[in-house]
Amino acid sequence: MLQQALDFTAPPPPSAGTENLRAEVRDFLASELAERTSQQRAASWSGRDRAFSRKMGERGWIGMTWPKRYGGHERSALERYVVLEEMLAAGAPVGFHWVADRQSGPNLLRYGTEEQRESILPRIVAGECSFCIGMSEPDSGSDLAAVRTRAQRVQGGWLVNGTKVWTSGAHEADYMILFCRTDTKSDADRHAGASQFLVDLDKARGHGMTVRPIIDMRGDHHFNEVAIEDLFLPDDAVLGREGEGWKQVTGELAFERSGPDRFLSAFTLLAEAVQALAPDASERAAIALGRLTSHIMVLRRLSRSVAGMLQAGDDPALQAALVKDLGNVLEQETAEVIRLLVDVEPEDDATEDLPAVLAHLVMAAPSFSLRGGTREILRGMIARGLGLR
Amino acid sequence: MSDQLSDSAERLLASQVTRDVLRAAEGGTWPAALWAAVEEAGFTAALLPEESGGFGASAAEAFAIVGAAAAHAAPIPLAETMLAGRLLADAGLSVPDGVLTLAPVRRREQLTLTLDGGAWRLAGTATRVPWGRQAAAIAALAEGPEGPMIACASAGTFTVSNGRNVAGEPRDAVTFEGVVEAATTQVTIEYVRAAGAALRTAQIAGALSRILAVTTAYVQTRVQFGRPIGKFQAIQQNMAVLAGQAAAAGAAADMAADSLANGLTAFAAGAAKARAGEAASLVAALSHQAHGAIGFTQEYELHHLTRRLWAWRDEFGNEAEWNEVVGRAALRAGGDGLWPAITAAA
Repeated sequence: MLQQALDFTAPPPPSAGTENLRAEVRDFLASELAERTSQQRAASWSGRDRAFSRKMGERGWIGMTWPKRYGGHERSALERYVVLEEMLAAGAPVGFHWVADRQSGPNLLRYGTEEQRESILPRIVAGECSFCIGMSEPDSGSDLAAVRTRAQRVQGGWLVNGTKVWTSGAHEADYMILFCRTDTKSDADRHAGASQFLVDLDKARGHGMTVRPIIDMRGDHHFNEVAIEDLFLPDDAVLGREGEGWKQVTGELAFERSGPDRFLSAFTLLAEAVQALAPDASERAAIALGRLTSHIMVLRRLSRSVAGMLQAGDDPALQAALVKDLGNVLEQETAEVIRLLVDVEPEDDATEDLPAVLAHLVMAAPSFSLRGGTREILRGMIARGLGLR
Repeated sequence: MSDQLSDSAERLLASQVTRDVLRAAEGGTWPAALWAAVEEAGFTAALLPEESGGFGASAAEAFAIVGAAAAHAAPIPLAETMLAGRLLADAGLSVPDGVLTLAPVRRREQLTLTLDGGAWRLAGTATRVPWGRQAAAIAALAEGPEGPMIACASAGTFTVSNGRNVAGEPRDAVTFEGVVEAATTQVTIEYVRAAGAALRTAQIAGALSRILAVTTAYVQTRVQFGRPIGKFQAIQQNMAVLAGQAAAAGAAADMAADSLANGLTAFAAGAAKARAGEAASLVAALSHQAHGAIGFTQEYELHHLTRRLWAWRDEFGNEAEWNEVVGRAALRAGGDGLWPAITAAA
């Protein structure tokens, strides 16, 4: 049948192993997050806390599936999934290591040199190394192949010029994986001539790279503009193969889109609303909260199914795009549905939890269907999977 | 194994559920040959324990068969026969051959059982009973002198007033008045409706997967403005939404099957039915929009599927009813208990 490209296999059932791990994670979170307010939890995986990441590293919950020789724990994708979803449901501040664990580490495992892997992966696993993603540019958002940042061959390495933008965490991260042109674009194949580089930001910042904050509409500093002017990168900074950047980056995007972070970003608000409305909920409130819950239950099955396919060595890029699209719709609806059930106004400075969490989600919501691939791009991918493009 | 079973169901149904069979069924003709083939293949026993004539299929396999039948709009009570047989077997009653169905299926309808000279006598009326007119026996949930009981009411112990749903499937008012086999049960009307909802979820998922295929094929062949309409981004974006909803319904059906296999909770089965019902509404609308006028005709196959969706999404509880059940459970769990409730159920 023609839509087989979009088939989902049933998620593997919970095992004693996964459920024991779940209990262990819940115990850890109950004590570690005891002081964390609902407003802080609402930040979900945008919340960054170096010390918390280090504690997760000590528990063996970063780089869980990676080989032991790089400090990994060789656990299953499903065990990793349990840790991720428990962290997100609890509103844990996982942002410091999130990108490294989700996509940069796997990218290094797949394409990195032995030296790159040995020097960096153990630090990620320990919760001591943060990555940012150098993809978007001022004139290259959804159209990633339009990047203009360019690395030119020079003696002993490369000289890079260009501008990256919307680079979350570039001001704090240890490394960036930079996607740029290494050859002129050909009209025949606009995906050719691009490469990925591993950039050591401690060396780059102030030496050819300038990171300027872009404050988002909530007043938070996640984004940055990264100006690159005659930045020298040594030969061994090339990640993978020169000219293979497009293939590598699309593989990375599949990791970026596949996880529970694509449907649980608003879970804190749902839990908060359930808590606030529990004593005397109207029929209307019960129906609306039930609907959001039903959606999350089904999304969780789809998302676990993607984890199972990753575990089995399949390439569920299309399934991941589909789950992300469904998940982003639900995340955004959560704020819109709940605001009509409660007699509060969204208020950032509120001392009560519900209005503050509501304010956070109302203003964070537009980003959900932009980051990691816009709704329109994802739907275009799904249409391609159906054979329409 | 699951694939083998659903593949053979798929092959059988593809060859048996012809346009003529569908048209005749709409006119009230019972598709005897189709039913005989399905029964002969053993599919009706898929939810039965082996000691009651089952063949050890899992709930997921049974649901896959039900989904395949729905994908072909097979005008037969396969889901009802499976479930009625299971209710009878679970109560320790023997499972008769032939078409089975269950009653009551609606809330606030009650049948009663009384002892009459050492025999059980069933009385009362149930409405919207699927294929009541065709049933060799009906698994009836009734209030006995000492609590709930399951009765096996054979043809002859009830009379039927014909009705139908918007897809033309029989939905009959059945009045019971006769001597029946009966046994005590732990089952409640809520359980029966949750089980029915679980099976309707499988049917909705099956129909949606077929609609996705049919609509994808249509937009690839229908040409306007000099190219297949599937080349237009507006259509592509709608098709992506359609595919997402079909996938969600598929996952909901899997969740419902898992729940049935593990004792069935209203929380999981209800969430599944509510989610699938929402998907059904969206997909029906999107598929008709993509098809234009041809999809609105008697001749084209789409309406056999979409009219069933419009019936099935309301049968055994619509989205509002089940979402309220799920929502009340979430509220009982509270803010801290919500996530553990979700991971335990789904």
